[in-house]
Amino acid sequence: MADAPQSELPTGGTLVRRHRFATRLWHWVNALTVLVMLMSGLMIFNAHPRLYWGRYGANFDRPWLQIEARGGKGELVIGRHALNATGVLGVSRGPDGAWHEAPFPSWATIPSHYSLADARLWHFAFAWVLVLGLLAYLVVSLVNGHIRRDLHITRGEWSPRHIWHDIGEHARLRFPTGAAALKYNVLQKFAYGAVLFLLLPLVILTGMTMSPGLDAAFPGLLTIFGGRQSARSLHFLAAFGLVAFFVVHIVMVVLAGPLNEVRAMVTGWYRLPKERT
Amino acid sequence: MSGVFTRRSLLSAGAAGAGGLLLGGCDRLDGDPAWRHLLGLAEPLHMGAQRLLIGRGALAPEFTAAQLSPVFRTNGNTQPDTGEWQAQAASGFAQWRLLIDGLVRRPLALPLAALQALPQRSQITRHDCVEGWSAIGQWQGPRLAAVLDMAGLQPAARYLVFHCADRFGGSPYYESIDLIDAYHPQTILAWRMNGAPLAIGHGAPVRLRVERQLGYKHAKYVMRIEARDSLSGLYGGKGGYWEDAAGYQWYAGI
Repeated sequence: MADAPQSELPTGGTLVRRHRFATRLWHWVNALTVLVMLMSGLMIFNAHPRLYWGRYGANFDRPWLQIEARGGKGELVIGRHALNATGVLGVSRGPDGAWHEAPFPSWATIPSHYSLADARLWHFAFAWVLVLGLLAYLVVSLVNGHIRRDLHITRGEWSPRHIWHDIGEHARLRFPTGAAALKYNVLQKFAYGAVLFLLLPLVILTGMTMSPGLDAAFPGLLTIFGGRQSARSLHFLAAFGLVAFFVVHIVMVVLAGPLNEVRAMVTGWYRLPKERT
Repeated sequence: MSGVFTRRSLLSAGAAGAGGLLLGGCDRLDGDPAWRHLLGLAEPLHMGAQRLLIGRGALAPEFTAAQLSPVFRTNGNTQPDTGEWQAQAASGFAQWRLLIDGLVRRPLALPLAALQALPQRSQITRHDCVEGWSAIGQWQGPRLAAVLDMAGLQPAARYLVFHCADRFGGSPYYESIDLIDAYHPQTILAWRMNGAPLAIGHGAPVRLRVERQLGYKHAKYVMRIEARDSLSGLYGGKGGYWEDAAGYQWYAGI
């Protein structure tokens, strides 16, 4: 492929090598890790289902978000707005079919029954995989050129016209075909860049800020995030940013041809979509 | 088109199946001793990494009086049910003695006045509960190091166990720390909080402050400090009530 002259770019329908081994390995390890971190994290949240801004925050302080059960109804309270969330948040059916009071429902947490201690066991073990995996992937991707070649957003791609054009193409579900599909489009680069360089680092650093031990080592973390409870809120928001990415990611994979996309991320081989006629 | 629908229904069935497997699998794994042991290996890793990064003397952040929590909530036990402590409380802890024994050269029985007569350290620090909430309070008391120096630790001593007056369902509360935290400058035996004698709900007459760890390490209602060479053989053997009862990490710096 590297020797192929420009005029012989692959056309739609041909099988091409799309993802390197490092990308495929990290993708699946990280997908599993993020899922475990999310589900055990929701259980940890269940131990104190209130979020605050600032250095401190406990039951007598005003939360900006809380999930509660009141009179058999589940409520998500954000600021002064209370949303009825019965069935999902606050009050939901357990695996036995009976109604349970729990901020996040049992199907969303690890373990499914209330156990802060067990959730912490999972969360802090997988935290090592998350951090070391991301670091290793970033180093490898820097060395093998993945970041420069595939993720780097070029000057042309930053132009509002180009971005607007890509948004229009996505809205019409017209995805790149043929040789154009060899490269990530700018919206993909935004999404992957946000996960790699914003959401994952943010979720890791805010997690570290919640550690009283690490606060002694790096008090600057508290300054950056505005206190431990602010860090806890940002940790939660970053986690839900990753959930939002996951939802869009899955939708795009399904729309773009799930078997071809999943094969590419498992084996590396990707069939270029046929040109529209 | 039917091909697409088949593919889609296959996929959604697959996803639902995988989700069910994952959930059931996680709960099964959660109960598997070998898996729990594997996950538990992260604890010494965290402790080692943090000790390496923090260093022995690095201080927990301290705050100003303007940053105090308006209300510092109580938690855990707020009223010990043991007769001995109740009798002491009734007389304002006038006859109360803090015992320091185990692997020490000179076992001590210190009245509250003796702790108050030692050089005092006052610090405004953040209390982080394992549940996730934080409260900022001011604590005052002698350094634990001063008391340990009076008693003289024997060379074999590795841990300090804090025996408390409160109980959970009949099990006495206790906690333990190692010598690095015991001799840390912010590790104090607090008898004052926010400018007043320590309230009953917060652990009167004396609670431990070990500022670089979570709240459950900060033993309340301390009656006795025992120097030991090992934590095994004591209650559940994991070095603390919550460590034994629920499996919380002994090193609670995270």
